[in-house]
Amino acid sequence: MASNGGTGGGSGRSEAASGLLLISPPLVYAVLLLAAPLFMVVVYSLSLEGGGFGLANYVTVWTDRINRLLMLRSLTVSLSVTLVTVVLAYPVAYFVSFHVKPEKKALWLFLITIPFWTSYLIRVFLWKVILGYNGVINSGLMELGIISEPLQAINYNVQALVITLAHAYAPFAILPIFVALEKIDRSFLEAGRDLGESQFMTFLRVTLPLSMPGVIAAVLIVFIPTVGDYVTPDLIGGGKLPMIANRIEGTMLKQNNRELGSAIAVSAMMVVAAVSVIFLLVNRRFLRGTK
Amino acid sequence: MSKSDAMIEFRDVHKYYGDYHALRGITATIRPGEFFSLLGPSGCGKTTLLRTIAGFEDISSGAVLVDGRDMAGVPANKRPTNMVFQSYAIFPHLSVEENVGFGLRRDPRSKEEKARAVGEALEMVGLKGYGKRAAHALSGGQRQRVALARALILKPKVLLLDEPLSALDKKMREQMQMELIKLQRQVGITFILVTHDQEEALVMSDRIAVMFEGEIAQLADPETLYRRPNSRKVADFIGTMNFLPAKVLEEGPEAVEIEAAGFGRIHVEASQVMGKTTPEGATVGFRPETLTILYDGNAATDRESMGTIDEVVYFGDMTYYDVRIDGTDAPVRISMRNVFGRPVLDIGARARVGWSPGALVLFR
Repeated sequence: MASNGGTGGGSGRSEAASGLLLISPPLVYAVLLLAAPLFMVVVYSLSLEGGGFGLANYVTVWTDRINRLLMLRSLTVSLSVTLVTVVLAYPVAYFVSFHVKPEKKALWLFLITIPFWTSYLIRVFLWKVILGYNGVINSGLMELGIISEPLQAINYNVQALVITLAHAYAPFAILPIFVALEKIDRSFLEAGRDLGESQFMTFLRVTLPLSMPGVIAAVLIVFIPTVGDYVTPDLIGGGKLPMIANRIEGTMLKQNNRELGSAIAVSAMMVVAAVSVIFLLVNRRFLRGTK
Repeated sequence: MSKSDAMIEFRDVHKYYGDYHALRGITATIRPGEFFSLLGPSGCGKTTLLRTIAGFEDISSGAVLVDGRDMAGVPANKRPTNMVFQSYAIFPHLSVEENVGFGLRRDPRSKEEKARAVGEALEMVGLKGYGKRAAHALSGGQRQRVALARALILKPKVLLLDEPLSALDKKMREQMQMELIKLQRQVGITFILVTHDQEEALVMSDRIAVMFEGEIAQLADPETLYRRPNSRKVADFIGTMNFLPAKVLEEGPEAVEIEAAGFGRIHVEASQVMGKTTPEGATVGFRPETLTILYDGNAATDRESMGTIDEVVYFGDMTYYDVRIDGTDAPVRISMRNVFGRPVLDIGARARVGWSPGALVLFR
């Protein structure tokens, strides 16, 4: 790379300029619609009621027990969703990568994305129908005489939230893991076997570590958006299970307190960033040296 | 066959991929401690055959025996063989020493002893002190050495090498050829090499099986393959050979009398006749170095013919001449060692070509 850059500064600069020109439409879009609002939120969160700037809003956010509780619930839900999703997605990705004939793989990936054909709201409502108090599972089990009254364990609670979210995010987890598995040269697996390891041990010592970049991507792709999920707790939890995003909405819109709402939003962002960075640091040895 | 004189035995091995008949009845024996090569053009089944030994390919019928034991149903991880892959398959997530020690997980030795074994294996392949390096930071030649150390540390009965030198540049390849030969003598393990490079096979092997289209065309030591190829196809694949049409004049049990245009009547011993007798014509084969251009003052050889030089290719130490012998259509190639003070001849020059009937082979 360095040697490429050294082939005359003039041409390098004009190349950079034309590159910048090429990416300018999305760049302008990203700055206007992402960076600018984000900057506004940060500014709001630091503005004080009587004018001026300070950290008072953050103190209010973190001293409020409810905010801490909701943050904790958001993290618990999204970490559970991440765990469930990635653990269930891995075998699917593995199957498609290793056991589906090459010419059928595209079809399988296409089938995996079918849930996206339906609106997310409809999918959430369907889960409500399935898991609800008088839902498919409960009435089915009661018809069969297995239970005498509806199970409380699956409706309007965190489990129901996790099931719904895990289903919604499954394709997002399957695809990066699939790509990572596809990139593994099959001779590595043969080498593992050749060096005396069983199929299972070869998986543990070769396939799994080599697919970790995909697993890490899957974890981040599922974890980051689910922390801030707002629709699912509202619909599945029936308003009884707010997460941090619902709190932000309530504070910002219902109470019309932009400053405090922004402070909660920025705090949540920091927490997500911190968890993600810790996760990346723990797994950095899997990310170095990938070809 | 007793256990001691066959390390690998193929008994009528067939392999089908659907309708495609990849191995067509391979029967061969590889001796213990031998450097054996499977040589052939791509798609001839040589890699498939190697992979049946490693356990990566099932065979459709027949048997593969390693050290007297039938390998049917024995998975790859339970076979007394190790492989150096064409891509080397060095695990990118592990360091050099972790790669080399990969197969030692269930070895009962202590950690320190295993570390010492890894160090010794690295030293053996000339990578002393590279243990802590990341595998992805190695050059092609170094990767290959790691692959060798990783396989040899397990002390396999047979080391399988799948075109291990094809990814290296010419100089590096020649150096590794010498090192592999030395290494094989040092460890005394049976090496089986798959290659499409005839020169590589000739340089390195004790014996070579030449394969075409799923069959072994000839199995012999390098000198026999070169001097007595059993078919035109083998002769053409190994080195260069001039082919001339010949007419059979007289056929006896010990010798054949033939006539080849430009070369006259030739008496051919039975040992020089390859293939079964057929009523159709025969072909005479000459290696380029068995023909000589005679300069003035050169002593006359057994036989002489006259010709015109068609093409001159200068190689430094050698010169190749394509000479059209009087009375023939196609030129024959003659290779001459360049000697100081002897001029390289020009295109169009007339030349006396010396040859000996003893150096030719007759293909029927």
